[in-house]
Amino acid sequence: MNPQLAEQLPVAVSAVETVDPFVSAFTVFVLAIFIGYHVVWNVTPALHTPLMSVTNAISSIVIVGALIASGPVEMNLATVLGLIAVGLASVNIFGGFMVTQRMLAMFKKR
Amino acid sequence: MLSINWVALLYLLASILIVFSLKGLSSPASARRGNTYGMLGMGIAVLVTLQLSNVQNYMWIFVCIGIGGTIGAIAARKVPMTHMPQTVAFMHSLVGLAAVLIAVSAFANPTAYGIADASGVLHTASRIELFLGTFIGAITFTASLIAFGKLHGFISGNPLVFKGQHHLNLVLGIAMLSFGAWFCVNPTWLPFLLMLSIALVLGVLLIVPIGGADMPVIVSMLNSYSGWAAAGIGFTLNNHMLIVAGALVGSSGAILSYIMCKAMNRSLFNVLLGGFGGDAPAAAAGGVKKDRPVTSGAAEDAAFMLQNARSVVIVPGYGLAVARAQHALKEMVEALTHAGVKVRFAIHPVAGRMPGHMNVLLAEADVPYDIVHEMDEINPEFADTDIALVIGANDVTNPAAKNDPSSPIYGMPILEVAKARNILIIKRSLSAGYAGLDNDLFYMDKTMMIFDDAKKACEKIVQSLD
Repeated sequence: MNPQLAEQLPVAVSAVETVDPFVSAFTVFVLAIFIGYHVVWNVTPALHTPLMSVTNAISSIVIVGALIASGPVEMNLATVLGLIAVGLASVNIFGGFMVTQRMLAMFKKR
Repeated sequence: MLSINWVALLYLLASILIVFSLKGLSSPASARRGNTYGMLGMGIAVLVTLQLSNVQNYMWIFVCIGIGGTIGAIAARKVPMTHMPQTVAFMHSLVGLAAVLIAVSAFANPTAYGIADASGVLHTASRIELFLGTFIGAITFTASLIAFGKLHGFISGNPLVFKGQHHLNLVLGIAMLSFGAWFCVNPTWLPFLLMLSIALVLGVLLIVPIGGADMPVIVSMLNSYSGWAAAGIGFTLNNHMLIVAGALVGSSGAILSYIMCKAMNRSLFNVLLGGFGGDAPAAAAGGVKKDRPVTSGAAEDAAFMLQNARSVVIVPGYGLAVARAQHALKEMVEALTHAGVKVRFAIHPVAGRMPGHMNVLLAEADVPYDIVHEMDEINPEFADTDIALVIGANDVTNPAAKNDPSSPIYGMPILEVAKARNILIIKRSLSAGYAGLDNDLFYMDKTMMIFDDAKKACEKIVQSLD
């Protein structure tokens, strides 16, 4: 074995480096963009309006952040803002998925 | 309570279901199943979050979900299909506002999210993420509100252009980034609120110069922004599901913007600079009008021609939506099909005020989707078509886009209506389209103009068919 490497080895094992959470989040982000790119190009142009309304509902996934913000029982600025955000996101989740369903039900074959 | 690993795995399941909801939209047959997957994914995400140990405020949370959900459900049932563009724009603004509120809340109480150290000071990475999430959310919020106002007619659809507009935007943009940088160094309320206020103003200023007819691009772009805002919040909370969902929506909106720009042969930059395409034709640009002879006819003449044709291709445009003529049109199509005429539809990608607008209107009127064709499919068919019937469309049929290199729309892909054996055009007047251009199609020998409202014309044609 290369003596230089042998010297480094114990050090590397004792201090296992972990990836910064931001970097792993960024990895997920970039891969998701690739998935989105390939999936969306396959969407038929006739369904572009339902695509917009359903992506609208999907971006209301921010409700997860809003729920955490409004989680604590004691009321303060943070929880109140969180609760308002929960309400706004709910309008979009229900409105977005339901209006998409309503539109898709109209697309029929002859 | 579930362990943190189970939570992460269930979030992964929700992300996969959301991917499937978009995948379903590749055909109308699988789309409804896809939408169900999407709802399932969202349901799992919400339930998993609700059982987290730091979410305890159940009563108020359920009250807010109940109120919001009821409003959303009622709106989804009531909104007319002709109002979809403004509805979508309004919903984008809600996502933007929600993202801003969450960011403010996270800044007010960072320990709840675990993004601060023991003494309550934000981590540096979290400051940057919070800054990005806040300003993208804020721009999405106000820009979508303005787009909503323009589409709904609360404010004029004409572009609002003033001197020094782009310089003002540039200065504000730099100021916003500077306050953002200040916030990242010194996370206090002052730079945060200054940055937030400038972002809100910028959202308004970025949209006012853009005309009503460029809205398909803008609505798609705001769709994209709302996704990036969600992804920004995902980075702040270090939640991979939010990042995945946000990135999917962001790339979806970006692709739609690209498709729309390509269909108008313009760059996104050119659209964003604005000043093009108001609701009413610009008088100055339309000044080239010559007194050229047109052949006009009554609805009865059109009905006679249509029922004696073998094949008819109908080209609908924004005028169909304005006149809400889709149901009358469907009656006409039914009567013609019954008389043995082969009727098909040709849809230009930017017809209407949002991507896919015409398809939804026709679907609402029960027109079967297998006779509705995209531009590339139908263009080779025009040469073998007896009658091309143009209803409320103009620029997307203008032969100048192919023949006249001096035309502002030169190079834009068009529906090749001019190749059909006969052309019928239902239009209220000889006015120009949104690009303010005259259309040679109106003056061709084989063209007959029917000067009427789209809905009334369709009704009259149906009455005249035997």
